[in-house]
Amino acid sequence: MLDTVEAPRPTDADLSGSVGRRRPRRELLPYLLLAPAIVLELLIHIIPMLVGVAISFLKLTQFYLRNWKAAPHAGGDNYKLALTFDKPAGKALLHSFEVTLAFTLLVLAISWGLGMFAAVLTQRSFAGRGLVRTLFLVPYAMPVFASVITWSFMLQRDTGVVNHVLVDQLHLASQRPFWLIGNNSFLSLVVVTIWRTWPFAFLCLTAGMQSIPTELYEAAALDGAGIGGQLRRVTLPLLAPVNRVLVLVLFLWTFNDFTTPYTLFGKSAPRQADLISMHIYQNSFVNWNFGTGSAMSVLLLLFLLAVTGLYLLIVNRRASDA
Amino acid sequence: MRLTRITTTTIATVLVVVPLAACGSSKSKTGAGDAKPTLTYWASNQGTSLENDKQILTPELAKFTSQTGIKVNVEVVPWSDLLNRILAATTSGKGPDVLNIGNTWSSSLQATGALTQFDDDTMAKIGGKDRFLAGSLSATGVPGKPPTAVPLYSLAYGLYYNKKQFAAAGISQPPATWAELIADGKKLTTAGHWALSVEGGSATENVHHAFALSQQQGGAFFDADGKPTFNTPQNVAAIKQYLDLMQSDKIVNPSDAEYSNGTEALKDFATGKTSMVLWQAAAGSLKQLGMAAADIGVAPVPLPSPTPAGGRRVTSMVAGINLAVFDNTKHKDAALQFVKFMTSTPEQQTLNKTYGSLPSVSDAYTDPAFQTTDVQTFKSILSDSAAPLPAVAQESQFETLIGTAIKNMFADAASGKTVTEADIASQLAAAQQQLGG
Repeated sequence: MLDTVEAPRPTDADLSGSVGRRRPRRELLPYLLLAPAIVLELLIHIIPMLVGVAISFLKLTQFYLRNWKAAPHAGGDNYKLALTFDKPAGKALLHSFEVTLAFTLLVLAISWGLGMFAAVLTQRSFAGRGLVRTLFLVPYAMPVFASVITWSFMLQRDTGVVNHVLVDQLHLASQRPFWLIGNNSFLSLVVVTIWRTWPFAFLCLTAGMQSIPTELYEAAALDGAGIGGQLRRVTLPLLAPVNRVLVLVLFLWTFNDFTTPYTLFGKSAPRQADLISMHIYQNSFVNWNFGTGSAMSVLLLLFLLAVTGLYLLIVNRRASDA
Repeated sequence: MRLTRITTTTIATVLVVVPLAACGSSKSKTGAGDAKPTLTYWASNQGTSLENDKQILTPELAKFTSQTGIKVNVEVVPWSDLLNRILAATTSGKGPDVLNIGNTWSSSLQATGALTQFDDDTMAKIGGKDRFLAGSLSATGVPGKPPTAVPLYSLAYGLYYNKKQFAAAGISQPPATWAELIADGKKLTTAGHWALSVEGGSATENVHHAFALSQQQGGAFFDADGKPTFNTPQNVAAIKQYLDLMQSDKIVNPSDAEYSNGTEALKDFATGKTSMVLWQAAAGSLKQLGMAAADIGVAPVPLPSPTPAGGRRVTSMVAGINLAVFDNTKHKDAALQFVKFMTSTPEQQTLNKTYGSLPSVSDAYTDPAFQTTDVQTFKSILSDSAAPLPAVAQESQFETLIGTAIKNMFADAASGKTVTEADIASQLAAAQQQLGG
């Protein structure tokens, strides 16, 4: 949706050699060329999405899995169940939504901040810059499962290295705190996700900064701008297009993140860190109620569409105003 | 287009797995017209690894092939995938011919209609239902309906205790009542050593213990009509009793609240960090973890004394693995021959000996390997004091909801909050509403 690259259209000049005969074929050819992509897009994205929406109106439990076309229509029941916030199911969904929102905003803000900070620090060339940049990217390059499972070992109460350092070495606490259950589980999830996410922000911002001409900084310096001024008046405005995409992508990825909480906490996440993706997974696959799971997914989709639409509207208007 | 990731979660697995499942069955199709078909068999992970299972099963399957001429392609499916794979196979109608299922899924999977019914005729083809242990057979489906699976490997919970540590603390025999267990536990708990380890972060383990304790209190999680009855004083008392082992009796390390991968509590016991653990037959694993065979003692899980009003003498759920035939199979006769082979006395002896589980047919117990006190203890638990988990279609929801609720309450107890009876009651009420009860 965001980064579609528009292929250069054949100009009339390209085809002027054979005007008369090729006209009709030229009208057909683009569609023929597009057809495989459209068919695949339909098969991979559109149809599964529509099936998902259809399922959300069915009472699809294990009784009908074998022939889910026979599942009775639920009407809006699945939605009503998810949206009745004073009943347990709705309350749990709302709680999970709030947790996810807080989680996403924290991860987004801190990851972007760290990425920006590191990108600015490594903007000027110095000995070993390549090495430092590579090091920064390691968490992003590592397989999610391997790195997150390592985190889960580190965060264990009795044998984890985190408590060993905090309690045994630094004596910061007298009791060994839990990191994977209870209130701290939210903090653990945020930290691990930031650790995994910020290198991507760093990568995008570094790439964006490469295209800022050094003359601009020289000119700004001549006009008396300090480091802060250069950052505010040169770097940030010129990074705006990168940021526009980056913030949105980070938001969507973090909001939908499933692998990190699943690897960190297993099948059922602690209440305090019950992200919406895990919540939906539980409702569909663990509780075998695919109708409710789908209804929740559709609600999530609508929410994310609304956020994305609103966001694009605002930033694009601001961009065209500028 | 990240948006679609979640939307399709519900069906993505199905869509991804359908082609895989189709691959699996396409192999068997090649033999459709032949007199000697090839079966696809999904085995569950019973050994130390998937590879280990394959090594154990391959020579047995070769025996079957030489007896009948029917080839079997075995695929060992990890537990984390097995249910999803079965659901995908159910949805698509394309799956294995024969498969292993966790016996607690029996009623839920029976409701899908994807598994072949073992009515009396079908049972006769595999040697009749009287061969099986009654306890194990009770966990193959809803009572009154033909079962859709037969027991393959049987298991039960027992109380494992460390004989050496018991002797050192001056305790001569394992506790038979909960009061004794707590009293012994207090003697055994010293600085850095705990009496009992529990897998507090594992929803499955939690719900299995809650079930047995609730039976002892005379409670039930479902009534005779299959309607959930979660929030009853008996169930509250059962869960409170289990949590109190950590919360107020303080014989369980609070760290156990985050044990969730199904091995940590057992490992603490095997390495001597704890003196007791409530576990399914585990002599093999304990030896592998380095525990001396002479130190391993096993007894039935304690009972309350005096028995509460309506309390039942239940010390364990009926645990185990069932063998089922996928109803869409094109080789039903061959599949049933295979079921007959796997439940035959010699195979039951060989396989259960290797896996450390119990045979599900009574004839198999003649083997001296099953005459040890350890196996005899479990056999008597299975035949005298084991009850199947509720045989209702909502069984898996029940396990998740109650197990997760207990996991969260363990987390609260571990971080110093006191979980009261009112807290438990409100959790149970919420879980019941979620089940639509």
